[in-house]
Amino acid sequence: MLDVVDLECRRGDRRLFSDLCFSLPGGTLLHVRGRNGSGKTTLLRALCGLLAREAGQILWRGEDIAALGEDYRRDMLYFGHLNGIKSDLNGIENLRVSATLDGDPAPDDALWQALGRMGLAGYEDLPTKVLSQGQKKRVALARLLVSRAPLWILDEPFSALDSDAVDLLGTLIAEHVDGGGLAVLTTHQEVPLTSGQVQRLQLGA
Amino acid sequence: MLRVFLCVLGRDITLAMRRRTDVLTTLFFFIIVVSLFPLGVGTEKQTLRILGPGVVWVAALLASMLALERLFAADYEDGTLEQMLLTAQPPALLVLAKVTAHWLLTGLPLVFIAPLIGLQYQLPGEALWIMMASLLIGTPVLSLIGAIGAALTLGLRGGGILLSLLILPLYIPVLVYGAGAVTVSMIDLADTQPYLSLIGAFLLLALTLSPLATAAALRIALE
Repeated sequence: MLDVVDLECRRGDRRLFSDLCFSLPGGTLLHVRGRNGSGKTTLLRALCGLLAREAGQILWRGEDIAALGEDYRRDMLYFGHLNGIKSDLNGIENLRVSATLDGDPAPDDALWQALGRMGLAGYEDLPTKVLSQGQKKRVALARLLVSRAPLWILDEPFSALDSDAVDLLGTLIAEHVDGGGLAVLTTHQEVPLTSGQVQRLQLGA
Repeated sequence: MLRVFLCVLGRDITLAMRRRTDVLTTLFFFIIVVSLFPLGVGTEKQTLRILGPGVVWVAALLASMLALERLFAADYEDGTLEQMLLTAQPPALLVLAKVTAHWLLTGLPLVFIAPLIGLQYQLPGEALWIMMASLLIGTPVLSLIGAIGAALTLGLRGGGILLSLLILPLYIPVLVYGAGAVTVSMIDLADTQPYLSLIGAFLLLALTLSPLATAAALRIALE
């Protein structure tokens, strides 16, 4: 489904990686590892089309992602370092906006359920600015529950989460991969992922 | 499409309502700048009538500029802008929705305040109507052009000053014809319609081109 051919990325004058090739069929998890500054985030941002690449191709179902444009973005969900939630809106409102923009507007019940499953029952209608870091992250991660995108690109999704939430997120990723989805993630900690096919990519080695 | 447009519009207006000070500062800035001139220049009717249209329009430009900086900056900082551009929605549509919200909050109120302000300049009744009409057509142009500048200066340090330098020259045509329409309306035998039509033409041009240009600029800013 996702194929990367001879990818090269630069930040400023520094070449982070070149001739990077991998191929991910459906039902695969790609665990990107590497020390700080080895280009993990750059790779992920290139994969979602935010960054211009120096050379190489990124193909989704055999077509270049730049040419696919909106069709690719519909199939992809990116979760970056920034949570991407508005601090003046509450959890439900944040989730409603992102679900509508993702093109699958969910009924309010589903949104409440998603936040409930993320362990935010009772916090749904508080502005997210009064929540803790971990809770904000949970609000942002609730998108994973309402999205139908087959490709998840997650940059450090486990940071700031407590052990319960880490387990929950691990389960979510495993379910997604089991269901034939794709996940690309960077993390420094080991994640208990038993199911599905796991590929590892070491950057800057 | 409409659902997405309304969703973003509603979001931005909800956000602004929860931070009302931002909207109110723009309005009060406009009111105060416009009210300072009669105090400084004196109350001679003839002088005020000559100054009035220009002052109101210049103040409208500056007030619109004041709020522009925040148009994309807040969304850029918390990552929501990134998320929006990564959805399957056309970026130009999202931009248009955000600019519409910006105009409803900072442009439209000026239209309704302007006649009250105009009274300080002793403008005749008809001129007030023309001033409202010119602001109604002109202020959306300001928001649309300004959005391009706001997107281009996104993430830069000292972007605010650069934004003014980029955008104010582009505001000149709207200023000339907007203030011109009001001035002309006070002359007998002169027709204001060509002025308003020209601003209308600017509006159509900005409406078609600005969202596309802004969306392109935002993509660059996010790299």
